[in-house]
Amino acid sequence: MRFLSTHRRHPLAGYAVLLFGLLLAGALYYAFAPGKAEADTAGDTAKIDEGRQLFLVGCASCHGMNAEGIMTKRGGNYGPSLIGVGAAAVDFQVGTGRMPLAQTAPQAPNKPPVYDEDETEALAAYIASLAPGPAIPDEEYTDVSEISQEDLTRGGEFFRTNCTACHNSVGAGGALPSGRYAPPLRNVSARHIYEAMQTGPQQMPVFSDDVVTPEDKRAIIAYIKNVQAQPQGGFGGGGLGPVVDGMFAWIIGIGGLVAVSVWLAAHGARVKKKRS
Amino acid sequence: MSSESHDAQPSDGVAQPTGDEVARPPRNDIEPAEPIENPGLPEHLPRPTDVDPKLEKRAERQVAGMFTAAIILTIGFCVAYFTIPKDAVIFGWFSLNLALGLTLGGALFLIGIGAIQWAKKLMKDHEIIEMRHPARSSDDDREAALGVLDEGVAESGFGRRPLIRRSLIGAVAILGLPAIVMLRDLGPLPGNKLFHTVWRKGMRVVNDVSGIPLRPSDIEVGQLVNAQPAVFFETDSHGHAVFHGTELLQAKAKASVIAVRIRPDDIKPRKGQANWDVDGIMVYSKICTHVGCPISLWEQQTHHLLCPCHQTTYDLADGGKVIFGPGKRPLPQLPLAVDSDGYLIATSDFHEPVGPSFPEVNQHRD
Amino acid sequence: MTDTASTTATPLKDTGFGKKSAGPVEWLDDRLGLAGAVRKNIRKVFPDHWSFLLGEIALWSFVVLLLTGTFLTFWYQPSMAEVPYTGSYEPLRGLEMSQAYASTLNISFDIRGGLLVRQIHHWSAALFMAAIIAHMLRVFFTGGYRKPREVNWLIGIGLFALGLIEGFAGYSLPDDLLSGTGLRFVDGLIRSIPIVGSYLEFFVFGGEFPGELIIARLYMAHIFLLPGILLGLIAAHMLLLVYHKHTQWPGPGRTEKNVVGFPMLPVYAAKAGGFFFVVFGFTALMAAVLQINPIWTYGPYNPSEVTAGSQPDWYMGWVEGAVRIMPNWEFTIGPETFSLNVFIPAVLLMGLLFTVLAIWPFFETWATGDKEEHHLLQRPRNAPTRTAFGVAGMTFYGICWIAGGNDIIALKFNLDIFTITWICRIGVFVGPVIAFIVTRRICISLQRKDKDTLLHGYETGVIVRSPEGSYAEAHAPLPVDAAYALSARPRVPELTAPETEDADGVRNPQGRKARLQAWAKRFFFSHDIDKPTQAEVDEAEHHFHGDVYPPDNFPDDFTGVSETGVPKHH
Repeated sequence: MRFLSTHRRHPLAGYAVLLFGLLLAGALYYAFAPGKAEADTAGDTAKIDEGRQLFLVGCASCHGMNAEGIMTKRGGNYGPSLIGVGAAAVDFQVGTGRMPLAQTAPQAPNKPPVYDEDETEALAAYIASLAPGPAIPDEEYTDVSEISQEDLTRGGEFFRTNCTACHNSVGAGGALPSGRYAPPLRNVSARHIYEAMQTGPQQMPVFSDDVVTPEDKRAIIAYIKNVQAQPQGGFGGGGLGPVVDGMFAWIIGIGGLVAVSVWLAAHGARVKKKRS
Repeated sequence: MSSESHDAQPSDGVAQPTGDEVARPPRNDIEPAEPIENPGLPEHLPRPTDVDPKLEKRAERQVAGMFTAAIILTIGFCVAYFTIPKDAVIFGWFSLNLALGLTLGGALFLIGIGAIQWAKKLMKDHEIIEMRHPARSSDDDREAALGVLDEGVAESGFGRRPLIRRSLIGAVAILGLPAIVMLRDLGPLPGNKLFHTVWRKGMRVVNDVSGIPLRPSDIEVGQLVNAQPAVFFETDSHGHAVFHGTELLQAKAKASVIAVRIRPDDIKPRKGQANWDVDGIMVYSKICTHVGCPISLWEQQTHHLLCPCHQTTYDLADGGKVIFGPGKRPLPQLPLAVDSDGYLIATSDFHEPVGPSFPEVNQHRD
Repeated sequence: MTDTASTTATPLKDTGFGKKSAGPVEWLDDRLGLAGAVRKNIRKVFPDHWSFLLGEIALWSFVVLLLTGTFLTFWYQPSMAEVPYTGSYEPLRGLEMSQAYASTLNISFDIRGGLLVRQIHHWSAALFMAAIIAHMLRVFFTGGYRKPREVNWLIGIGLFALGLIEGFAGYSLPDDLLSGTGLRFVDGLIRSIPIVGSYLEFFVFGGEFPGELIIARLYMAHIFLLPGILLGLIAAHMLLLVYHKHTQWPGPGRTEKNVVGFPMLPVYAAKAGGFFFVVFGFTALMAAVLQINPIWTYGPYNPSEVTAGSQPDWYMGWVEGAVRIMPNWEFTIGPETFSLNVFIPAVLLMGLLFTVLAIWPFFETWATGDKEEHHLLQRPRNAPTRTAFGVAGMTFYGICWIAGGNDIIALKFNLDIFTITWICRIGVFVGPVIAFIVTRRICISLQRKDKDTLLHGYETGVIVRSPEGSYAEAHAPLPVDAAYALSARPRVPELTAPETEDADGVRNPQGRKARLQAWAKRFFFSHDIDKPTQAEVDEAEHHFHGDVYPPDNFPDDFTGVSETGVPKHH
């Protein structure tokens, strides 16, 4: 102890205290922070409770203390009511990072998720406990590794009838009014695609399981994955069609050929005559 | 135009070599020579390949090298064609397409570059002068031409015989009629076809592709169903589809619909269409009234339906009227009811023409 | 190789070449009598400038289109009969589709090299239209359409218009969802024609849309009717070019009465022939690494399906844009409805563009009163009003073009699609006006700069301090070649008052027209800066003599001064 007090005015003393404080805070946080919910422990109630805790910290400020939503005077909302949206909606919104919303924008963009898988599960369990709603789909409907030929073709028909008008033939996305957009479908997991169809996030309409059955949804997802993995005849320009092709035709095509023309007609090096 | 005063005016089309005999420039004939006189062709300077035999050989080797490389690439094309399988993929691209394109394209390109390099570096590059000739014919020719035309026409008597002339003109002109008349059978007359679709009273609204009939409870608020009339999924006694092939496409181009569910409080129905919905479920034509693209960009929260082609936007909670874009006519709505089994059905055909406007669109026809 | 010997060395018939070719030449000439034509034309002179090759890009692209198109016809089936797909593209197997679409899938996946040729064909078509426009703009901005080349200009506009239709017909043939949506648009377009729209629609499609005839009819147009007309027009275009000889830039040794350049054989044969291979090869390389029109991702045409980002090929983009930004003017008078919202941008606008383009040479002749033959080109800056009109036209076209891709722009740049539409709606009127004013001003200041350079020499970048203490930048006179090239332009014509009355006060019956013409001429020329007169040049030279620096005379190969003010020489 004497060591500490005799060195209390050492030039590095401040830093040492700071370091100690940081370590202490870290240790305390680690000790008291909500631990990872272990998969097979404690059952549903624990999950729901955990979810509620997470919800109160990260979601309640917009969605209300009991997920009832916070309305504005003019009939809008800071965050809509989540009662009845179901575990599927939570899994989608949180799993794709759309929620929590980082800033206001015409539309919630997807971004790196803030919560990990277990936390997302907990949040979903909590919201699902409030009222019945769409559940997270079974693996049976999101596993598209083995799909029959008929289902693949059928999935394409469904996709082109219901989805391409907003999302484009290869899922490159599309524009909507007022700065909104249908996002690209690249690198989206099968489960999230299913949940989006099921719950209709933001402006996207709902495609309920009664009309577009789970088997149909699986076929659609299989088609999306398949068409995006198909080989191309060269650089595809992002699947955006003739607009990009026109750009390439002018910039690369005419640009390149004009470059050759300039070379063709250039006079080239000359041997200069010596001055007499 | 000032006249040329140099000697040796060559005849048309025969190129003149440069040399001292034409070093005296022709006078500037854009304008009376001012303010600066045409200095004449600059003296020809040789290229490095003209004076240095080593560089000349090098250029020759370059050109021959390009041609030889082209030969090798062409052989490569043939090899690739027979050895690369059609489904081979490299970095996400079809290998065969890439290989064939690079070899063929490379070969052609190199032949072209080689030929141009040959011309630039090795062929004689003295600039040559060729004289122009006026675009017009000489006065003599003109007169003679007019003369022979006149002679021929006079001999024909075309001018002197008005009866023949007029009847000939009449006979040839009226030949235009068969040409036009023969086109009549290009297609049938439209008749009433544009005013009707296959929708009938009692016809079920079914999901497109799967043919599943729809109950009101199947459809949630905010849902969009791309739907068709049930008849497209029916088969006759022999098991053949009632509508198939071209007829199916033609019928679909008018009968395709969308079903949406909006909170009844938010709906403002069009006059006379107040009871055309079922608990907020409305069925509208899917075919845009602008130029006919199918629309299904449905924004569930704003109730707006956007056509992807030219951005005509309809408000389906407000009688399907156009709120932005080049379309004008509101989207036709299909009157809806529920049949005894609880499925959604149409109670009649559309009450107005579906699809792009045409001149008779606002006439009332049965 | 050093200068070749003149033809006085060995008589041709005694050389190796002469001996070998004697037999065949005799045989051919006995029957065809071509020697006269060969003698006259084989050494025809063509001037050399890169901008003269733009038309060649179009010409050679057309040849590539013919070659690759012929290949495609071996497998393509122009039938709308529905068949189930049994080819190797998995996601569409078993689907009912037209034979046209199925055969295109077959070419893409099951015929080796088929995809490559399809892509070469489509890239070539895009390049064909782009080169036509680039070439047309070059001819426009350099005044190459003036007498005697007005007829050639008209042929060119005809080629432009027919090329548009040919391209549209071509990309509609696969009957995929994207081009089928375009056909649906054409269906609505035909319907919008007043009074007869619905009848014309049924005639064109052989019944209700889509019918089963349209693909076969487009095929006939695409491989027979339009290429035939195009070939004929191209032949006429080339014939006139050979007859009139190509225009050239003014410069030393070049006059209105001559052409300076290289002979057809061997230089131009090598360069132009080589350029054909370059165009073909470059297009093939593009087809190797850049995918275009992947019809398999769109699926077969189905009137209840559509994809986001539906655009026609780029050369129709301006029509698409005009249709998107048009306000929804549609009204009914009695029993007839007039869909101006479609008719104006889709039908009238195209007619307007080609009419304006076609009559331009005649309008300019009338407005400027210039009835001379012209074989020397004008720099754009030396025709400021013409250049300004051209840029205004390009601005109009360009804004329509941007409007055609408004959803892609909105998506990729996170903008509001409705805002883009409004910007284009206003921009399409305001933009050209602003472009006109700005362009004309720029051209006039460039003319002023040229005049300045002619009179006072170019800026050497050397700052000289006079004994009195002032600083000035030393100028050096241009070498005579460059000075001549700058001054080789027609003088700005005099603007005279219109003759509304003759000497006795009798009114000119053509008075109104004459006043209008005089106004037009004034509009064209009143702001132009003319080249200096002889007097001005003399005076300027005189002033140069008075300068302490630089020295009086510069040799013709003077190329400037070094950093320390020492004239460079070799």
